[in-house]
Amino acid sequence: MTRHFIKRTLAILLTAAAALAFGAPGAPASETIRIGTFLSVTGPASFLGDPELKTLRMYIESINKDGGVLGRKLELVHYDVQHLADKAKTAIKRLIEDDKVDVIIGPSTTGTTMATIPLVERAGIPMISLAGAVVIINPVKKWVFKTPHTDRMACAKIFGDMKKRGFTRIGMISGTGGFGKSMRGQCKGLAADFGISVLADETYGPKDSDMTPQLTKIKNTKGLQAVLNPGFGQGPAIVTKNFRQLGMGMSLYQSHGVASKKYIELAGAAAEGVRLPAAALLVADQLADNDPQKVVVVGYKKAFEKRWGSAVSTFGGHAYDGLQLAISAIARAGSTDKEKVRAEIEKTSGYIGTGGIVHMSPDDHLGLSLSAFRMLEIKNGEWTLVD
Amino acid sequence: MFAEFLQFLLSGVTVGAAYGLVALGFSIIYNASHVINFAQGEFVMLGGMSTVFLMAAGLPMPVAVVLAVLVTVVLGLLLEKLAIEPARGAGVVPLIIITIGASIFLRGVAQVAMDREFHAMPPFTGDAPIMIAGATILPQSLWVFGGMAVMGMLLWYFFARARFGKAMLATAYNPLAARLIGVNTRLVLLCSFGLSALLGSVAGILLAPITFTSYDVGIMLGLKGFCAAILGGMGHGAGAVVGGLIVGIAEAMGAGYISSEYKDAIAFIIILLVLFFMPNGLFGKRTTERV
Repeated sequence: MTRHFIKRTLAILLTAAAALAFGAPGAPASETIRIGTFLSVTGPASFLGDPELKTLRMYIESINKDGGVLGRKLELVHYDVQHLADKAKTAIKRLIEDDKVDVIIGPSTTGTTMATIPLVERAGIPMISLAGAVVIINPVKKWVFKTPHTDRMACAKIFGDMKKRGFTRIGMISGTGGFGKSMRGQCKGLAADFGISVLADETYGPKDSDMTPQLTKIKNTKGLQAVLNPGFGQGPAIVTKNFRQLGMGMSLYQSHGVASKKYIELAGAAAEGVRLPAAALLVADQLADNDPQKVVVVGYKKAFEKRWGSAVSTFGGHAYDGLQLAISAIARAGSTDKEKVRAEIEKTSGYIGTGGIVHMSPDDHLGLSLSAFRMLEIKNGEWTLVD
Repeated sequence: MFAEFLQFLLSGVTVGAAYGLVALGFSIIYNASHVINFAQGEFVMLGGMSTVFLMAAGLPMPVAVVLAVLVTVVLGLLLEKLAIEPARGAGVVPLIIITIGASIFLRGVAQVAMDREFHAMPPFTGDAPIMIAGATILPQSLWVFGGMAVMGMLLWYFFARARFGKAMLATAYNPLAARLIGVNTRLVLLCSFGLSALLGSVAGILLAPITFTSYDVGIMLGLKGFCAAILGGMGHGAGAVVGGLIVGIAEAMGAGYISSEYKDAIAFIIILLVLFFMPNGLFGKRTTERV
């Protein structure tokens, strides 16, 4: 019994030693730069992960064609984690331990990001998240960065616009998914600073198919001037349709969570007049010629639409920014040493991306200001720039 | 005040009619085999998604609708032939588990063969809401409601009056005796899947303009429809319709008067209460077994 056990243990040890000696897992450091990513390519958040992965693939191909970074080719290692925290944890462990990637871009959603932060911090590897919520970077985590604007910024942008139009009494209807929940909290916390009072506060489940009861309650709250709907996916489109069906007679504001053509397609005519904050990418062609972002966003939009034949969304743009931040940090660091790369990402200053102009610092792992957001209105089925 | 109540009621009736249609689908297969077909929600999804994709391929809406129903019915028949029939001797519980597997499989296939995005479908007769005493309802909701009423009545007639419907009931009650008196029980089971696929696809097509459709739209609808079927009494046509309406209205009223946070919980609270206090549902007959 014991002899058998010892024999078997020896065999396992020998195999392990052999594997180490021949370097089976993980390519030698001098060959490729390994970029790990784990996105929500399928499942309810696929509209985030799908353009993100396409963007990463497309740009890594073209960067490699131009000779790579530091004379080394880039290699993308990807796992689809849907929107599941458990899958994200498995993926991050594989990326760190088996694939030995140099830098991580992703994941797509706040939930998957928050689930993996402890593992990333322990392993000490730079990660650039593509998810929205402010909790990812506030408080600051040493190894974690992100590219999309936060929900808190979206609230501020929306409330600023409401104030300009003289709206001070509003209702909210929020999705109960991670994004909607987080933004609802941020907006409610911020409303008083803008002199706005939230008089009705309703929610709906991510798979709800009818929001008229909630909206009826909002409609019957006296004196409301506008309604804000934080959420993403099909929910906001149903809210928009129900909103028109009930003839609410107020202004409807959506969040940056619906900043893709799909929303206009789903909501159809009901989306007319809806306002939302979004990155400049959506209105690339309408930007003034002297706008510093113009060249970047038009370039990305053209490249994406030519390669994939589908309309560009801001979410793919977040992946573009993440990749650019990572490779320029690697180039400046002159190596893939994780601490050096991390320090260089943190020093990013004046990078012009699809999301805005990025100035990072040790206290700010996002680096975007409120000016990165543009207020858009939907007119004749198209995004138009309000300011 | 009354307008508010009426709006909740109309919202509830629309959603409830959809649940009722799904519940009817559960009832048919249950009547033929005592199996609860958890792929019922996937029939709903297939109806809506196929219509959207056939329309995207350039077909006019009526043609796309008919083809989508046919596609779903054929898939329903195939499901019975390839997955249920080979395991016919296995008893009810393994068959139910097979249908759960089938639902996951159908979702996967739809994801690959079609796509993973949400799709909108144009309403049948316009988008302008109809005003009723201060509340509004979409024309498409009337379609859903009418569709459920027609289907419910047809099924009632089928099971209560038509010979083949009675053969189905007989098969469910005692397959051996049914065979002895000359009922083709295989055909009965096959038809029950075809019929409930037809019902499911009709529900999916009627609903798609209101709720949008995607590969996973069937999960929640299937579960809520199941609640409705349990509430009404499994296998009872009118019960399915009434059960659907009650679940839908309870949800809308709950979201309106209590809190929208618990909207989804309401259906499941109903199912628990029903199982505790009246396990046969509102209309189900108390069954006694002789030993």
